[in-house]
Amino acid sequence: MKAARKFFETVRPNFLPGGKYEKLYPVYDAFETFAFVPGHTAHSGAHIRDAIDLKRTMVTVIIAMIPCLLFGMYNVGLQHFLALGQADAPFLDMFLFGALKVMPMVIVSYAVGLGVEFAFAIVKKHSINEGYLVSGMLIPLIMPVDIPLWMVAVSTIFAVVIGKEVFGGTGMNILNPALTARAFAFFAYPSWMSGDKVWVNTSGGATVDGYSGSTILGNLAVTGRSGSEYADWSMAEMIIGTIPGSIGETSKIAVAIGAFILLWTGIASWRIMLMSAVGALSMGLIFNGLAGAGTSPEIQAYLSIPFWQHLIIGSWAFATVFMATDPVSGAQTNMGKMWYGFFIGFFGIMIRVFNPAYPEGMMLAILLMNVFAPLIDHYVVEANVRRRLKRVQPITAKA
Amino acid sequence: MSQEVRIKRGLNLRLKGKAEKQIHNIASSSVYALQPSDFPGLTPKMLVAEGDEVLAGQPVFCDKLDPRKLFCAPVSGEISSIDRGDKRIIEAVRILPDAEVRYAPVTALPASGREETIQWLLSSGAWPFIRTRPYAVIANPDETPKAIFVSCFQTAPLGAEPEFALNGQEALFAAGVEVLKRLSPGPVHLNIDGSAAAPRFISDVKGAQVNRFFGPHPASNVGVQIHHIDPINKGECVWYVQPQDVVLIGRLALDKRYDTERVVAVCGIGVLKPQYVKMRLGAQLAPALHGNLAAGKQRVVSGDILTGRKASAEGFLGNYHAQITVIPEGEEPEFFGWLLPDPKKFSLSRTLFSWLNPKAEYALDTNMHGEERAFVVTGEYEKVFPFDIYPVPLLKAILAEDIERMERLGVYEVAEEDFALCEVVCTSKIPLQETVRRGLDLLRKEMM
Repeated sequence: MKAARKFFETVRPNFLPGGKYEKLYPVYDAFETFAFVPGHTAHSGAHIRDAIDLKRTMVTVIIAMIPCLLFGMYNVGLQHFLALGQADAPFLDMFLFGALKVMPMVIVSYAVGLGVEFAFAIVKKHSINEGYLVSGMLIPLIMPVDIPLWMVAVSTIFAVVIGKEVFGGTGMNILNPALTARAFAFFAYPSWMSGDKVWVNTSGGATVDGYSGSTILGNLAVTGRSGSEYADWSMAEMIIGTIPGSIGETSKIAVAIGAFILLWTGIASWRIMLMSAVGALSMGLIFNGLAGAGTSPEIQAYLSIPFWQHLIIGSWAFATVFMATDPVSGAQTNMGKMWYGFFIGFFGIMIRVFNPAYPEGMMLAILLMNVFAPLIDHYVVEANVRRRLKRVQPITAKA
Repeated sequence: MSQEVRIKRGLNLRLKGKAEKQIHNIASSSVYALQPSDFPGLTPKMLVAEGDEVLAGQPVFCDKLDPRKLFCAPVSGEISSIDRGDKRIIEAVRILPDAEVRYAPVTALPASGREETIQWLLSSGAWPFIRTRPYAVIANPDETPKAIFVSCFQTAPLGAEPEFALNGQEALFAAGVEVLKRLSPGPVHLNIDGSAAAPRFISDVKGAQVNRFFGPHPASNVGVQIHHIDPINKGECVWYVQPQDVVLIGRLALDKRYDTERVVAVCGIGVLKPQYVKMRLGAQLAPALHGNLAAGKQRVVSGDILTGRKASAEGFLGNYHAQITVIPEGEEPEFFGWLLPDPKKFSLSRTLFSWLNPKAEYALDTNMHGEERAFVVTGEYEKVFPFDIYPVPLLKAILAEDIERMERLGVYEVAEEDFALCEVVCTSKIPLQETVRRGLDLLRKEMM
């Protein structure tokens, strides 16, 4: 610790004005403040401050994502060996196989994303914001395992530049950066982001008979089979997460652990999560009620899926817990968060069922509501303004 | 008549270093100072020169924009220097006190009449103690407030307790309230802690409305009380006075002297023995801290830890302060301080571990625990901001200097002290009190 302190003291002059690398000061500053919380003291206002800062907040979110990451690694290996008919492969082999697939994506996402952030910080001469620590972990978790690394890199650059930096960086962005990356990849490289080829890595052997490789929602969009027979997977498998899907979203248990951490620490809004569930369940119930009106047996079957199962199939859970609750791109008032969450669940399930081009609707629903969040907040705040203006009248009437 | 108000949103910070309820004798200060910066928005105009002799209660400077507002010497003595800062702004007017305080004569309180009483308060130097919401500045004598508020308890961390500080001053306090009653056609509100017995010092008061408040800090902030009892709309104003200043007004009326002596809490973990002392306004802090400062670099604050002014032992007691707080400066960089759990750290959020021990008392220093960032986390101010006002939209309106929007969002009801807890819990370490004060100053300038 003392050595680290000494190291920073020695190299610091190079980065100060007049030093050799003065332009790189934001980079130096990012590393120093990463290792040491600076000894800044309160200079105006309150003389004591809460021990929380953005780094602590972001690292807590990352901790909440670790179960999803670890399970995702295992599941990538599991699906691989299942597809090759080697279901008896040792656990460690599966995990290591997955880790070797997933870690490069994590590294690429962080390296590229932070590289862009550093570049902007240097040009705009501001300190580096912690927001990307979370986005950088989210991006690989919502990608299919077989997407080429360069696509991850390009999507990340797009997300950080267009999704965030053009608006002024973390705190100013309108769209969720991680979902911007996914949406970019989805529309730029659709064959790598959907279908039945990308969710399971099948390299190094022939697949077994009956292997499909598609996700449950992909299946449903095509066949619309209902009940627990609608896919090759049981309800238990969907909850545990041993199914094909984006890397981090398959296990509802891992997501639940993350949700618990986020809710207990108070970082994520329970209002958004709760109302997203309410929204999804409402849409599911509406579909159940309308099932008879479907134009084809497939659609009728899809509509009649028990409404609560929508919370377990697909990425509703992951998207609600980790993406919808982004405080920057979401609604900011407590009442606004309720509506924002409700519509995410509502539209997410609607898009999922009605639009076969988008087997999963959560991404588009959240991006859509990101755009509408300021409008929701506007009406919530205006209602407050009107309520306060009304207060004037009785008082003036009395006088 | 009297109301009960329950405040739900807020935070009682449990800090170590609460003053022991006993008054210790200290040496009297060897120098006093009047500091114009105690009064936001004031441009002083000197009425005396260096070397002049003044009596306690004699005007030293007045408000350049309203010369009726006089600011008086707390003690008799010689004007030893007028300290000026950048652009020749007056920072402090220093007075070397006489051994025995001689008081300027005070005219008798007029028998009745609002105008006469205001005139009497102005000429006697007590006017600056009467402040107004909106803006939280000295009241404008030409306005008529719809009510007058006195917050008779203290929920701020380590706060000096009026119940103890005003012990035995029941008659003076009641006389002060009698004067205040003449100023407004509306009631005088005495707001007390609902969970405790009514403080003794209000026992002699007649004809005031006593309201009981329950709940955590900032329940004792007068802004919160006004918001819940008689909220301010555009064009209205409410005046407020601190309890020890009600006593000062009472003493002016009864004893006919301008005597600013009060009981002051000396507290915080930076002092060895937290205690109460008697001081006059403007006194140097050194005698109160003499031999009582802990080792290491300490921050001396005139006022409470949330809203007080950074001073030093050579600094002076601020005009509205009843407390001197001393805590260590937290200048040590902390190795992975954002990552490692530390039970000594306090956080309202559960991302650290202070929730494990909700009853713990904390020994906090002045470290910021992070750097300033843009607004990211939402919903955290609301937890400690007991107003029907959206704090973040209001702050953004202030930052954008959009006056119309500030008005619509409720800027008239708040002052910087109401945002103090928001500032403490802010993840992004945004300087909120400074921002709100800037907004209020801007608004006031536009309205004048």
